Amino acid sequence: METQFTTEFWRNGPTPGGLYQFPGQGNNQKVSQYGPAKHTLNLSRLMKVNDSTIIGAGGDYADYQFLKSLIEQRVIEEECLNDGFNYTPNSLYSWLTRVMYNRRSNFNPLWNVFVVGGLQNGEPFLGYIDKIGIAYQAPTIATGYGAYIAQPLLREAYEKNPNMSLTDAERHIDRCLKILYYRDARSLNKYEVAIVTKDGSIVKGPISSNPNWEVAKMIKGYE
Amino acid sequence: MAIAGEDFSVIASDTRLSQGFSIHSRDLPKTYKLSNSTVLGACGFHGDVLTLTKVINARLKIYENEHHKKMSTTAIAAMLSTMLYYRRFFPYYVYNIVAGLDDEGKGCVFSFDPVGSYERESYRAGGSASSMLQPLLDNQIGFKNQQGVERLPLSKDKVVNLVKDVFISASERDIYTGDGIIINIITKDGVQEERFPLRRD
Repeated sequence: METQFTTEFWRNGPTPGGLYQFPGQGNNQKVSQYGPAKHTLNLSRLMKVNDSTIIGAGGDYADYQFLKSLIEQRVIEEECLNDGFNYTPNSLYSWLTRVMYNRRSNFNPLWNVFVVGGLQNGEPFLGYIDKIGIAYQAPTIATGYGAYIAQPLLREAYEKNPNMSLTDAERHIDRCLKILYYRDARSLNKYEVAIVTKDGSIVKGPISSNPNWEVAKMIKGYE
Repeated sequence: MAIAGEDFSVIASDTRLSQGFSIHSRDLPKTYKLSNSTVLGACGFHGDVLTLTKVINARLKIYENEHHKKMSTTAIAAMLSTMLYYRRFFPYYVYNIVAGLDDEGKGCVFSFDPVGSYERESYRAGGSASSMLQPLLDNQIGFKNQQGVERLPLSKDKVVNLVKDVFISASERDIYTGDGIIINIITKDGVQEERFPLRRD
């Protein structure tokens, strides 16, 4: 039997998902997440799964759309059962890990990297899954170019203040994305943020940060 | 890496997960507690490690329900060997070390290659820094290249201190080793965990 595997793919900007987690003050447990939108098109790479779960994707957009529709269908089926159970960040993370690993084992990987976030029994959850089935949970996650530039900044911020507020976290996310916009020539100043709190989950955006190009005119030698 | 003593065994790993020049996580131990007398150390391709440990834990539960007892360390080692060889032509890219107590309560260490070849040893280092750890263990635990030494039985404290020294040295040279270590001390009373920080660069 002839089979065809991924040979080309349409990527969504060089900086895939990045993400941040923080236990909020008091009972105000929250998780926030970012992911830039595609060029001038408003293509979202963040998905609200339910009130406690969000995912962010990087890599091939078609593969993401395939998995998105699959997850949407499963969420509907889960709701039809009406048994009070639903997807949790942990269950979606486990399932996605198995799907990604299974596809790579059949030499036909889904060319994505996923960040799953949300609240698991009131506790913040953040998980990473890539195209070959590597998966782990961590308090801060960034992928792609963001792994080199945003991750160290996020780790530093988290280490200094593990109990930061939602506004603090959003400020850090904005700073990271601004720096990524400065450093990554193929990026755009436009992004979305997904936030999960005990009151539910939302995807905000598109948002633009305020860049400062004052120093640009001092750079010489590239005329 | 793991070391077997008279009535205990020690298995330790660092807590860094890397891929290329990136550190994915600074807190991801590569030791997995399988029972009160067995701990598995697994490194290599993390996707396979996740899958393998998931299957092992499922097999252990099946065994427990069928036989109404926990699987012994020696039986776990034998099972792991067949599980790895079953995938001989599409192997799990995982290097395993099983440490624990055997049926007589003696400390034991089993080391594996990715396709299931295994043997019982008294000490073993595995993973990216194994070529740095193993010669030191050969000298200090196996008394290799030493003359006129008294072969005293190992004490727990000596082993734990040696593990720390060995990992500190490895983290100086190996970029994939660092952040911290978790030392599992397995005795008849169960598994005791100890953490120790390493350099984070």
